[in-house]
Amino acid sequence: MSSPKSLFEKVWDAHAVRTLANGQTQLLIGTHLIHEVTSPQAFGMVRDLGLKVAMPHRTFATVDHIVPTDQFAEPYRDPLAQAMMDELRKNCVEFGITFFDRATGKQGIVHIVGPEQGITQPGTTIACGDSHTSTHGAFGAVAFGIGTTQIRDVLATQTMALGKLKVRRINVNGKLRPGVYAKDVILHIIRVLGVNGGTGFAYEYGGDVFDRFTMEERMTVCNMSIEGGARAGYVNPDQTTFDYLKGRPYSPKGAGWDAAVTRWKSFASDPGCHYDDVVTINAADIAPTVTWGINPGQGISINETIPDPAKATAVDEKSSIEEALAYMKLKPGAPIKGTKIDVAFLGSCTNGRLSDFQEVARFVKGKKVAPGVKAIAVPGSQIVALQCEELGIDKVLSEAGFEWRAAGCSMCLAMNPDKLIGDQLCASSSNRNFKGRQGSPTGRTLLMSPLMVAAAAVTGAVADAREVFNVAGVAET
Amino acid sequence: MSLEKITSVTGFGVHIPGNDIDTDRIIPARFMKCVTFDGLGEYLFYDVRKHADGTDLPHPLNDSRFKGATVLLSGANFGCGSSREHAPQAIQKYGFKAIIAENFAEIFFGNCTTLGIPCVTASRDDIARMAAAIEKEPQTTIVVDVARQEIRFGTQTVKAPIRETARDGLVNGRWDSIGELLDGMPAAKSTAAKLPYMAA
Ligand code: SF4
Repeated sequence: MSSPKSLFEKVWDAHAVRTLANGQTQLLIGTHLIHEVTSPQAFGMVRDLGLKVAMPHRTFATVDHIVPTDQFAEPYRDPLAQAMMDELRKNCVEFGITFFDRATGKQGIVHIVGPEQGITQPGTTIACGDSHTSTHGAFGAVAFGIGTTQIRDVLATQTMALGKLKVRRINVNGKLRPGVYAKDVILHIIRVLGVNGGTGFAYEYGGDVFDRFTMEERMTVCNMSIEGGARAGYVNPDQTTFDYLKGRPYSPKGAGWDAAVTRWKSFASDPGCHYDDVVTINAADIAPTVTWGINPGQGISINETIPDPAKATAVDEKSSIEEALAYMKLKPGAPIKGTKIDVAFLGSCTNGRLSDFQEVARFVKGKKVAPGVKAIAVPGSQIVALQCEELGIDKVLSEAGFEWRAAGCSMCLAMNPDKLIGDQLCASSSNRNFKGRQGSPTGRTLLMSPLMVAAAAVTGAVADAREVFNVAGVAET
Repeated sequence: MSLEKITSVTGFGVHIPGNDIDTDRIIPARFMKCVTFDGLGEYLFYDVRKHADGTDLPHPLNDSRFKGATVLLSGANFGCGSSREHAPQAIQKYGFKAIIAENFAEIFFGNCTTLGIPCVTASRDDIARMAAAIEKEPQTTIVVDVARQEIRFGTQTVKAPIRETARDGLVNGRWDSIGELLDGMPAAKSTAAKLPYMAA
């Protein structure tokens, strides 16, 4: 047998076309996902150069960022949003690309649609003009977010120029405590390793917790790899992966299925393979986590107090805490618990899947959103919406006071009508808490798990979901 | 595919003074919600070129003497700020073919090179002398010689270093990865043929 290799290396080797003059690798991109915001300029560049899309059957499109979640009929109120929609439609027709338009019933956030359709598969390379493409790594794919010129390269050649990444193995061992979710795991990892800790790395997540995780939980973690600075993040494929993929529209069928599973298994990291770094985290150390600052690494457990810059040891740390607190209008040293919120947002490519809404519905049933809090629940795809509606989850949430919306990115970012107003404080299940991220230049975001968002929604303030909902086996942190 | 070998750029210049001119200044963020880069040239330096009502502010790009300039001169740390590709695109769509500055922000430099815009550096004094020459005679021909890493204007020649990887790419027609990637297409196709999931 050849020397043991990591999944990253195996996938890289299987897709490396050749070495370029500058030393980078020309890497074959098996699957290219596109959306309306970052693709039109790239199509324009392809046209300007008189080129064609090299492998249109390996490119898939959806629309997510700009779609209004309260308006289905076109034209949209925002003419620029409509222009992006029209442009994507036109490009897909012109170049022969499959487009999961709203009329297909398969539209949704690009990182939810790929897995849902069975397009995202183990042992593949995936690129998309979107930072959170790392989500697809949950299936044992190597998936990168790329910029406009690279989108053009992938359209025109189905390849791109890239330097090889290092691999950091992150083990989370033991058992998560009740009320602690995949979102808390990744917020904890980013808090520990820092928002730039992953620069130059792909993260390989593993250990007891990941072995037990469902695909949706794995996706939540991989989604935020980029927030920890890692260009890609993945989990080795196993039976959970194969069970999820079986029977999906783009999954291999019949005899092809068994062959595919055999091939997929062969991509999993070999025992004893080399990792450039290994980090091990004890699952029991992870608490429900909430961010208090302006990057996803600025998080604390629900029972901790907001950091005090006066107690910071490093100068840089002191000034970054000061900057964050000035923007967030939060008091140093105060408990995060009890911080009043204005808006609660359930959704996004991090936590906009069936299991997220299911978990919230289970606990929120019979409860009411606190007066004065605007709460919205936005399914990540039309299919997620339908699944929720079939299970009556939409009703439970509506009765509790959440607005049940149509699929899209919604309040995760400021490109559609769902926006914060003024300095509203939002408990959000999304992935970025940057200044102005949710649409108001002074809007404030606290990232947390969906159940923590629900707890904040019903109490009107940041709360410990384990107490609010009497989550079994509550343990004091 | 062979790209143009950009050994030199010849044209008139315009001087936009200042250090740390960031990508937001070059193209304000609100113009980035667009479907093509085509119209971006119009919004180059928009907020320092136009009043809120759309009428002109005093700015070198609004000065008719410098209309048609293809060489942009500026100060230190040109192009700092975001990594978005809109700023170099706006500069190119406006009509600029080369930029001279004391130095450039890293990502901006890379993005410009990929578009075939040579970003050469010159000393503060040399930039001041070029600026003075243009001010006196806007029709002064400026030759940005990438191959020889020098700038010629009037009777003068000054040093204009550019990072070797960028210089090499520009003068050999390899400034944009697309050329090399297209050359690799036959190899890419045979790699794809070994991967069942990529079958048509
Ligand atoms: S949900 Fe948010 S993070 Fe995800 S693709 Fe949409 S805008 Fe990006």
